Amino acid sequence: MKYALLIYGPEQGWAEASQPEREKVYVQYREFAQMLETRGAIRGGEELDLTSTATTVRHSGDDVMVTDGPFAETTEQLGGFFLIDAADLDEALGYAKALPASCVEVRPVVESSEPH
Amino acid sequence: MSRTERDEPGCSGRGSRELDPAGRRATDSIRRQRSYHDKLRLVAASEAVDDVATAADGQLSGVDDDRLRLVFTCCHPALAQEAQVALALRHLCGLTTAEAARLFLIPVPTMAARLTRAKKKIAAARIPYRIPSDAELPERLSGVLAVVYLLFTEGYAASGGDGPVRAELTERAIRMGRLITDLMPDQSEVAGLLALMLLQDARREARVDDGGRLVLLSDQDRSRWDRGRITEGLTLLDRTLADPGAYTVQAAIAAEHATAAAAADTDWSAIVGWYDVLLEMTATPVVAMNRVVAVAMSVGPLAGLALLDPLLDDPVLRDHHLLHGARAQLLRRAGHEPEAQEAFERAADCARTDVERHFYAVQLLSQGVVTVRSGRDLT
Repeated sequence: MKYALLIYGPEQGWAEASQPEREKVYVQYREFAQMLETRGAIRGGEELDLTSTATTVRHSGDDVMVTDGPFAETTEQLGGFFLIDAADLDEALGYAKALPASCVEVRPVVESSEPH
Repeated sequence: MSRTERDEPGCSGRGSRELDPAGRRATDSIRRQRSYHDKLRLVAASEAVDDVATAADGQLSGVDDDRLRLVFTCCHPALAQEAQVALALRHLCGLTTAEAARLFLIPVPTMAARLTRAKKKIAAARIPYRIPSDAELPERLSGVLAVVYLLFTEGYAASGGDGPVRAELTERAIRMGRLITDLMPDQSEVAGLLALMLLQDARREARVDDGGRLVLLSDQDRSRWDRGRITEGLTLLDRTLADPGAYTVQAAIAAEHATAAAAADTDWSAIVGWYDVLLEMTATPVVAMNRVVAVAMSVGPLAGLALLDPLLDDPVLRDHHLLHGARAQLLRRAGHEPEAQEAFERAADCARTDVERHFYAVQLLSQGVVTVRSGRDLT
């Protein structure tokens, strides 16, 4: 079964981090991805750019509204994700706990609508 | 969250039970992975799983081990605690959806929706049916304790069934409490809950008269209280008072009643003090109401009424028989008989069982009887 690990955090700190500071974090994420790879559990994953670069398209009836910014202003923002294979939620939660992130939302992927 | 705070005391009549064999078995078996997967899969997949609970209804402690293991499994942190507890009560402890709804003071359709939503999440997110490891037990404990105490509460102040007490449920809850105490001896709230249940259950024999009617705490024959249970409860309480949680504080209130030689000896100001502590931990309307009754007993009915009237607007309490029953008794004690009669009628309208309705009907007829009790201190 596939799960998305959605990585949330206050992005301000990340935006202001120096290159060496970022590199430290990237090392941790690469180790995490490597661990998933070893277990054959990784299906994908990306880092997302800051929400200041986000644009939201919202349909309302026949209208389409395009606005600057993320879909909701929150203290923690979606910064990236992994797509993983796990036997069940407990295994997925185990991976989520191993992520070097302050907050991870674990969402099952709907298998039937998944493109192959 | 629930009716946990609502009623106090209980009572029964058995002495303490041989702990060791059952306890050891629980410790061993909670660690043992067995094939309970099927049962729990049923919990998730189907409404028709009452057989899980009823099949586990025997008296053998092995059955309690199994049930406890299932309850720990059910209290998965990926479910909201309310959902964990509701699922366990409904599908592992044999309560109906209506009984579970009343324990949570919510409408039956809301409870039904909560159960459905939880089962959908179990299936969609594939929450596994796995006995938790030792390391996982503490994070699941508060849900498990809530299950046990709500089960006890339904037994102690039955909303369903024919009588005012369902002893098989209180006994089952106490057995589970003993198993958890043995499994996690360092968790003081576990001992606090067991103490609370024992101190309440000690009154069981005296709470109901020969005609199946509830007997007020002040009218109970205290020689019929189970001294063995009281002693055991007080001993447990001694162990937990240094670091009291909400169950321990409720046990301390029960202990004030249990140690009063006669109703007139009750130290109501001490009870008010415990309610103040409890209110800081769990600021629920039910706790607030019980505190008011203790104030009325300690200071006087007018002081109680002044504090009680604002609760008439509380969405949880306004249709609860205990609020109107308590108010009626305070009004009567303050000499406002016509208003007292009205409040007793309202209490009878809100009552859930025939026994409760009968209780208020009798109160309605018996003018001049001066008694004031609420849920916690009712019987």
